[in-house]
Parts: sequence; C-alpha cells; structure tokens
Amino acid sequence: MNARLNAEINTNISNPTGLWRWFGSTWLVALLVALPVLSVFYLALFPKENIWSHLAETVLPVYVITTLELMIGVGALAVATGVVTAWLVTMCRFPGKKYFEWALMLPFAVPAYVIAYVYTDLLEYAGPVQTALREFFGWQTARDYWFPEIRSLAGAILMLAFVLYPYVYLLVRASFLEQSNSLRDASRLLGCSPLQSFLRISLPIARPAVAVGLALVSMETINDFGTVDFFAVKSMSAGIYDTWLNMGNLGGSAQIASLMMFFVVTLILLERLARARQKQFNSSDRFKAIDTYKLTGWKAAFAWTVCALPILLGFLIPVFILGGYAIQHLDQLEQEDFLTYAGNSFFLSATAALITILIALLLAYSKRLYRYKSLTAAANFASLGYAMPGAVLAIGVIIPLAAFDNVVDDFMRSTFDISTGLLLSGTTFAIIFAYSVRFLAVSTGAVESSLNKITPTMDMASRSLGLNPLQTLMRVHLPLIKGGIVSAGLVVFVDCMKELPATLILRPFNYDTLATFVYQFASDEMLEECSLAALLIVAVGIIPVILLTRTITSTREES
Amino acid sequence: MKKILSAVALSALFAAPVAQAADEVNIYSFRQAFLIKPLLEAFTEETGIKANVVFSKKGLLERIEHEGKNSPADVLLTSDIGPLYDAVEKGLLQPIESDLLNDNIPAKYRSTDGQWYGLTSRSRIIYASKDRVKEGEITSYEDLADPKWKGRICTRSGKHTYNLSLIGSMVAEHGEAEAQQWLAAVKDNLARRPQGNDRAQVKAVKQGECDLALGNSYYFGKMITNDKKPEQIEWAQSVNLIFPNQDNRGAHMNISGAGVTKYAPHKDAAIKLIEFLSSEKAQQMYAEVNFEFPVREGTPRSELINKYMGEFKEDGINLQRVAELRSTAAKMVDKVGFDN
Repeated sequence: MNARLNAEINTNISNPTGLWRWFGSTWLVALLVALPVLSVFYLALFPKENIWSHLAETVLPVYVITTLELMIGVGALAVATGVVTAWLVTMCRFPGKKYFEWALMLPFAVPAYVIAYVYTDLLEYAGPVQTALREFFGWQTARDYWFPEIRSLAGAILMLAFVLYPYVYLLVRASFLEQSNSLRDASRLLGCSPLQSFLRISLPIARPAVAVGLALVSMETINDFGTVDFFAVKSMSAGIYDTWLNMGNLGGSAQIASLMMFFVVTLILLERLARARQKQFNSSDRFKAIDTYKLTGWKAAFAWTVCALPILLGFLIPVFILGGYAIQHLDQLEQEDFLTYAGNSFFLSATAALITILIALLLAYSKRLYRYKSLTAAANFASLGYAMPGAVLAIGVIIPLAAFDNVVDDFMRSTFDISTGLLLSGTTFAIIFAYSVRFLAVSTGAVESSLNKITPTMDMASRSLGLNPLQTLMRVHLPLIKGGIVSAGLVVFVDCMKELPATLILRPFNYDTLATFVYQFASDEMLEECSLAALLIVAVGIIPVILLTRTITSTREES
Repeated sequence: MKKILSAVALSALFAAPVAQAADEVNIYSFRQAFLIKPLLEAFTEETGIKANVVFSKKGLLERIEHEGKNSPADVLLTSDIGPLYDAVEKGLLQPIESDLLNDNIPAKYRSTDGQWYGLTSRSRIIYASKDRVKEGEITSYEDLADPKWKGRICTRSGKHTYNLSLIGSMVAEHGEAEAQQWLAAVKDNLARRPQGNDRAQVKAVKQGECDLALGNSYYFGKMITNDKKPEQIEWAQSVNLIFPNQDNRGAHMNISGAGVTKYAPHKDAAIKLIEFLSSEKAQQMYAEVNFEFPVREGTPRSELINKYMGEFKEDGINLQRVAELRSTAAKMVDKVGFDN
C-alpha cells in the first residue's frame, strides 16, 4: 500500500533530473562515508601471512566463544534493564518517577573504560571493599576467602551493560511513549493483567526499538577494546590487535575485523527480515496523555529500587569515586589546560553530530522519496563503520585521506610547482570524518525511524499543494521529526565525547581532548591522575543526556 | 549538501596543520606525553626548537607509511624495540650519521646503520616476595619453569610487548621447541590468569596472591618513591629484586629509543633532538624522573636505583633479533594458551 502510494507520488510529480540529483548525491555521500571500511577490506586482501591456520589451531575457539558470551551477556542485561526501567517510568506512577526519567540516561555519559578502572580500584584485593571485609572478618590473605574476580568475563559484561543499557532505554521509552492507549485498553478489557498486556501488546510493538537498541549495544560491545583489554578478556578484538601489533600482520587483522563485521551485519539483517512485514504509523491518539498505573506500597518501593539500581551502579558510584580522587588533584586545574581539552572535545563532537545528522537526513529522505532497493543498500552500506573496531577504522581513514592529499600535492607540484602537503591528514577533519563514519549508524537509525512514522499522505498533501521534495522536507517533515533529530544528534555527540582510539591515532600535533588526556594516564593504571578529566567527560556528557530525555518526554504529556 | 560543505570548510579552518616553520621538530610518540614533557621542555629551552607531539600506542607507523613523502613526522619515539624494528622493516626511517650519538650510545643499543638509537634501557626482572622466597631460591628465567613454583607466579599478559621480548630472547637462546616447553611450564606455575600491568603484579605479591612476579625494573623506582600513593611503597618494600641469569648470559634488556623518519622535513632538528636526548643532562633526567637506566656510558644511574639494584650483568643479545622473534613469541603464547 505504502510503496504503491510512494511510487505514485514520484512517477507523477518528480522529474528525472530530480531523481538523479537525489540518487547521485545519496550514493556519493554513502561512498565517501564507506571509504574507510572499503580501505579495511582492501587491507584484508594483503595479509603478511595466513593467520587463520594458526588461529584455528590455537585461540580462535576461545576468541569466538568469549565474544559470543560477552555479546549475549551484555545484550541480555542491557535489554532487560532498558526495557523494564523504560516501562516503569513510562507506564507507571511512583515516587521519584520524574527524576528517574532522565537520571536513567546518566550512565550513558560514563565511558566504559573509565567505569572499568573505577570498579577495579573498588573491588580488587587492595580496594576498600575487600579491605573492609578482611578487617571485619579477620581474614589475613587472599587465600582465606572467596571474592568474585572483577577482572573477568563476568566483570566485563557488567561494566559494559552498566553504561550501554541507556541505548535500549532511550529507544524503547520513545516507543512506549508513542504507543496508543486504545490497544492497551482493549487488551485489558479482554482480561489481560498489566503484565500480560505488557508482554502481549506493549513489548511486541516496541520490538523494532528493542532490536535497534540491541544492535547498537552489540556493536559497541564487539568493538570494545579498553575494557576487555584491561580485564584480560580474550575476545575477538584482542585477536585483532594481537595480529596487527604483535605479529605485524595488519592485513590479517583487517580480515578478522571484516569477518566480525559481516557477522554483526548478518544478525541485524536477519532481525530486520523477521519483521519486514510490520509497519506502524503514529496512532491518532498519540497526543493524548498516557494512562498510567499508579503504584503504591511495596510495588512502588520495588519499582523505585529497580530504577535506582542502574543509576547507582552506572553513575553514582563511579562519579563518587572519581570525585574523591579529583579533589586530591585539584591542582591540575591550574597546571593543565582543561578548558582547551574540553573545548576540543566539544568542537569535534558537536561538528560530527551535526554532520552525521545531515548525512542521515539525506540518506533516509532520498530512500523515502524513491523506494529503490539500491538506495536502501546505500544507506546500509554507509552505516557499516559502526561495526568495526575504532583503531582499525582509523587506519581505514588514514589511507584514503593520505592518498587524496598526496595526489593533490603531486598535481599541484607538477602543474604549479607548489607543494600543498597534507591538507586533510593529521587535522581535526580526519577525526571528524572518522567520528561521522563510525557513528552514522546511530543517527541514520533514529532519523529513519522518525521519518517512517510520518504517514505518506503527508507527503502527498504537501506535494500536491506544490512543494518540491526539498521544500516538503524542510517545511513538513523537519518540524515533525525535530525531536527525533535532536535526540539522534545528542546520542552521537555523547558517543564522540567518549571515543578514544580514532582520536588518538588521527589527531594533530599537541592536540588533546578530554578522552585522550584520560587515556595517557589510565593506560598506565594511574586512575587518580586522570580522575578530574574523566569527571569532565561525564559532566560535559550529562548536559546533552538531560536535554535528550527532555526532548523525548515533551513529545507527550502524561497524566 | 551546502551545509555539509560549509561545515567541512569551517572545520578545515579550525584544523590548520602545524606550519612548517624551521625551528621546530615533529614527534610521533609511542610514549605518553607526560613522560617526555620535561625532556622536551628542556630541549626547547636549550635549542629554541619547539617540539610538537602526537602520542598513540598504535597506528602511528601506518600514519607515517601512508602520509608518505608529505608526512610531517621527523622523529619516531618508542618505548620498546618492537616498533623501531617494524619501522625499519617498513622502510619508514633513514640512517643518520652523528659522531655524537655514536660516542654517547653503546653499539649494542643502536642499529649498525644508524636507523635507530636506544635512549634508555630497562631490565625485565623477577620481583620475589621477601617473606616467602629465600635468597638464592630463584636465579634465572629458566627457574620459573620449576614445578616448585606451581601457583606462585604472577605476570601481565603474555601478549604484552615486554613479555614478548623476554620470550623472544628465550627463543634466541634455547631454540623454539625448548622455549615453548619452558613457556608451557611457566604457564602451569601461574597463580592467576595473566592480567593488569607490571605494578599490579608486585601488588599481588605484597597481598599474598603469588610469590614471584615479572616486571620491568623502573617500576620499582616508581613505586618506592610514590608519596602520593604510599601503599605502593609498601608493595615495593615487600619484594626482593632479582636480576636473572647473572651466572650466564645476563638479565634481559629492552630499550626505549628513537629514529629519524625517511622524509623528515626537519632532519637537522630531528638529529639535534636525538642528540639532546642522549646528552648527559637528558640521560640524567630519564634516570631521575623515570628510573630507567641511562644508555650513555658514564651517566650515573639514579642514586635510588644504585641503592637497590647495584651493578648487574646485561644480556648481550642483539635487540633486533629479539624484535624479529616477537611474532614467533606471540604465536607461542597462543599455542601454550598462556593467557587463557
């Protein structure tokens, strides 16, 4: 139905030049964004030696199993936490709910590697927790008692889930907010309990949101290096870096990275295929207030605890500990140029967020205008960067940029006898390019899903009133999806603030962001020396996080 | 599209690359900026040459490689022989001739053709519990394989470059098969899965998790002087330092070093920087601040180092050979499942 309507709009109104303009620019941008990934594929063609026989004989099973355990563990925990808390703060009323709505996003501002360092300090043998236990029970050495090892697979799963569940929470909450009362009312009238109604109605409708959230969480997990390396967990990314740095086989590691990428992409496509026939538009009563369940007594206490726990673990404890260290290092405020580092972080992240939004709009809108399979392919293709480890992607960024610079330089030298040197390599452009490639998937997903919720009849009305596609986008769609766009931009912004490997490798001389400043100490396990900068990352990240929850909630008032 | 373009133009404006002025030198560094900052400040003060730094532990070689003849990098600074060797293999460095460097740095700590120069050395030593390990109970790396140490040894990941160098030196000494047997036996003696950095291993000895730990020598100086974290002084006080293999080949050594890149735009300044880093003044700073051993003959080690470490015999093996064997060592770590 929808496809036919679209086809009609476009065959009747569009002209071929318009088609080619949208089609051409979409593919051009998609190709540009895909260049780093293509460069990694290219690298994969030239391994120093075949790495697979060695891997298969030795550690490949360990890598594969560990990676799967990590993905499943983090995914399950993040989805459970995200969905349950989202449902509680959206569909129920209990004391503190208003605060939980935004506070549940706070852990998103904490980088995974920082939380890993904090909890190791807290829970290891010499940390305050075990020391207190020893004093209390009179134990002498580590051999006198059992305590869970934080540097383990389970530890890594917890750390990653603590800071990644907000992806699921954010998306699922938005989906709950958009759901119609009438469906739920009907299910209740037909005898469903609130729980049954949640399982049979709310959750299935929110499935696309859960899937997208889970995909983001999985890709972040599979590409994490900081946490797994620190915890000595042998996941695939350990194999990638080992092959590259210790065996001097960048080509071999590009093969592992590419293979991992295909694995993730296949999973995502399978999920999409499974719900290909579902389609939802905004319900007509979405501007009505949601009917919420009022919780009292132990139920309210339970809901409160369930919502408070992730905030405590993912935000309050790390911030409290970092704060304790930071107070002892306040002299850094004078010695170090934090204002510049924060300014750099902000500039890079804000620019990258803006660019990814513009690209996402272009990709999603031209896909809407002309429902060609190839345009969908272009959009998907451009999003591949998210499924690749940051450092490998950084090499993929270096190659095309340096090639471009050198070609321009050669040309200018031979023609005008001027050397232009490196125009893009080693500049902030390279970092912003890397961020855009890496996080485009985040914004494309969000922009696309907001656009999809606008019924095609809107387009038809606008176009029949004489607006061209671009005018329709600016005057009809943009105002309608403003909320979705802002939240996509904010998510990308916070992600960029935390990004580390690409920033390290690509940055200009004497250029530090908050994240790179943290890293140079943290990589030497000197958490205290970088606690102040780590807190600043969190602080700068909190502002957009709070804005984010505001924009979502404001789409619908609740009763 | 217009918006994208103007945003790109805007960002390019902010991102003007470092101007190629004559009185500066550009460093791609594998060492943390805060470690080399005092040295570079002293260099600038002495020569008036400004030093620009990019620090990353990976990806810098690839950056030099692809930037090619337009690369702004003049000097590659590393904390290990590994990347220097890789850079030579990829043809990223150029040989330089400097009598001063040849005088300052002993031949075993520089490449024969002047492509790289060691600036500091460090030994990979055994930290043994004062309480639980008797003097003379362990004297060599080979001893680590003795079953009497079962469940008593701690180390960081076998894949860490410091351990790979040590394993490489075992391969060079004993051949691949024997070295692999040794590594498997050491694996069987581990008290816990390899994790944490070198400092964390000494801490584990202090806490009774294990009795022996492998670690680089300078960590001892960093711990025993750590007034900000006094608990580290306690860790350091709980161990004896054992320089292995004093009766035969000597303790395993590694270097931090530097080389001039092939297309260095400021070659003279680059040579000046490396010469400065090998000078009496800089070598002393390395020794005092970071507790590394100066490579320069005649520069005294820090008093503290002398007090605790004294003189010891260094393994004379060719460092290039050790670096070459890293890949073999990395595979060996996989084969015996050292990190699993």
